[in-house]
Amino acid sequence: MKKKSMNSNTVLLLITIALFVVMYAAGCVVYGDKGFTHLQTFLNILINNSGLLCVACGMTCVMLTGGIDISVGSLIALDCMILAVGMEHKGMNAAVLCILVLLMGIVFGAVQGFFIGYLDIQPFIVTMAGMFFARGMTAVICSDQVSIRSNELFVKLANMKFQIPFEIGAYLNKKGKLQIPFVRIPVIIALVVLVVIFLVLRYTKFGRSLYAVGGSEQSAAMMGLDVKKTKLKAYILSSFLCSIGGICFCMNTMSASVAHATGLEMDAIASAVIGGTLLTGGVGNVVGSFFGVMITGTISTLVKTNGKLLSSWSNIAVAALLCFFIVLQSIFAMVKSRKK
Amino acid sequence: MNKLKKLTKQTLFLPIFCMLLVMLVNVIYDAACGNFAFSFFSISLRNGVLYGRLIDVLNRGSEVAILAVGMTLVVSSSAGTDISVGSVMSLSAAMCCMLLAGFGVSSANELQVPLVVGLLAGIFLGCVCGAFNGFLVAYLDIQPMVATLILFSAARAVGLLLCNNLIVYIRDKSFKVLGGYLGFIPTPIIIAAVCVAVTTILLKKTALGLYIQSVGINKKASRIAGLNSRKIILLCYIICGLCAGIAGIVNASRISSADTNNIGLNYELDAILAVALGGNSLGGGKFNLAGSIIGAYTIQAITTTLYAIGVSSDQAPVYKAVIVIIIVAVQAPPFKQYMSKRAAKRALARG
Repeated sequence: MKKKSMNSNTVLLLITIALFVVMYAAGCVVYGDKGFTHLQTFLNILINNSGLLCVACGMTCVMLTGGIDISVGSLIALDCMILAVGMEHKGMNAAVLCILVLLMGIVFGAVQGFFIGYLDIQPFIVTMAGMFFARGMTAVICSDQVSIRSNELFVKLANMKFQIPFEIGAYLNKKGKLQIPFVRIPVIIALVVLVVIFLVLRYTKFGRSLYAVGGSEQSAAMMGLDVKKTKLKAYILSSFLCSIGGICFCMNTMSASVAHATGLEMDAIASAVIGGTLLTGGVGNVVGSFFGVMITGTISTLVKTNGKLLSSWSNIAVAALLCFFIVLQSIFAMVKSRKK
Repeated sequence: MNKLKKLTKQTLFLPIFCMLLVMLVNVIYDAACGNFAFSFFSISLRNGVLYGRLIDVLNRGSEVAILAVGMTLVVSSSAGTDISVGSVMSLSAAMCCMLLAGFGVSSANELQVPLVVGLLAGIFLGCVCGAFNGFLVAYLDIQPMVATLILFSAARAVGLLLCNNLIVYIRDKSFKVLGGYLGFIPTPIIIAAVCVAVTTILLKKTALGLYIQSVGINKKASRIAGLNSRKIILLCYIICGLCAGIAGIVNASRISSADTNNIGLNYELDAILAVALGGNSLGGGKFNLAGSIIGAYTIQAITTTLYAIGVSSDQAPVYKAVIVIIIVAVQAPPFKQYMSKRAAKRALARG
């Protein structure tokens, strides 16, 4: 008998995928007349959440080591503000600014990772300080809302459409014009990030050491892994991916303000947890996180499509889902420890 | 040298040292600006109420002091922090004002229900939130910060629902007393003092304080010794929720409205900073309530000083975040080891 028994982690992932399918199907049935069934609605969820997807990939890597990074939302606000102020007020080149933002992400992550890995401070405390630091720095740079209009290259990139080939899912709109579904650049960036991180986690030494550190720090150290360095790298990766997410986010909103992306850390953590990443570390996968992002995206799209509900309902729904999955995880963990 | 070491080993050294440092900065800043150098300390009676920057710090710092009481217990017992306090504050305030004004009303000149009912409902809701956090942490063994993250985002959203996305104004005099003045003393100071006094008596006169520390130091050992560790952690979270509820209502009364989006914003950072500044280890175990309280007022003094220097409220978190990181880093074991190694090396070199 070579039949593999299903472990609890696969069950969690399956629950997530089933939940997404059920939720989307329910949306199609209830809001079918409002265009929920079109392929474009699905693609719009991808477009709107491309930044979140990048962030969730980074978050998954950090959570695999047993840590957490709640500075991501603020870091995105800071990224957007640097991009917007640099382009609008200083007239700088978009490409230079993007590289600057990515470098800043690496430095930010390195500082956080140093405090967490080498000084052994709880990740939550460090990243919470990072969260307030980044949000405050955003206000220091500029406390008004800035919209990006004048930078030709950036506007062009942000408005670029990639149409789905062979007119799959194309439909006629009310004026009888053929609408071909499309995606934008951020989606492509996010999907590339997703695939790269998936491969890194599965096939590289670094990816496997993330799992090892999360599973048991002591065992990892005994095997000869440099636990501190691995943690440092994980946080650098998270902040770097977060900066990529920030650029995607900025392309979608084309603006920046101090209140940008508030609560995004919550969505990212929820996505990773819903996707089956254990808070205790060592177990998880970016594929799950992808479905987690799609679920949170579907929730907010459902709330928006309804039109009558207050926007705080989507916050509450995501929080409730997070709660549900955390409780589920802890019940699984309890059952496991009782079996032993 | 020995005396200096003895002084720095005192439990209240860090908070008092920071407090004095902030005062010194104020004196220097005033002197540099050409004002009276000690204007920070001057207290006068204006319009029949106490007036002065020191009173202002005590008054505005009340919420943080109340939060710090609950946060200290939570940090001590569960080695984690409750980051939902700010949101719970706004939820309690929203609940209280919604009941007092009636649902969907944005401005009320008369109270719909007796004041006590509104206040108790708000505080009770705070306790419920605390119990929810505590249940997740104590009985389901979820990391405290992740468990409280749920309410961190959900509580404010629920508050917005209760207020129907409006800012609810209560224009009744009896409601304003809580955040206003009782005689010539600002009421929040009195409320904070009562909270601190009650908690101190509870901790000193019963064995609760000892139990909390013992659970924080070693949960398993305490359970084997006969303590119900889970119940004690749950109790700490309920107290923290209670404190958040009280703080939220005081804050709402101060501005005589429930501004759900802004009440308690960034207060979780202040409360955690107060605990860290009070010389308490964020890793749990032994705690020092007096230190946290002094820490809370120090935070407020820092905030007031920052505002006085011309830093906007959006920008203030930058400085606070740097302070919290420095304090935590200095307390971290690897840093201490490094410093003691260096001291030993220096002693060797000296012969």
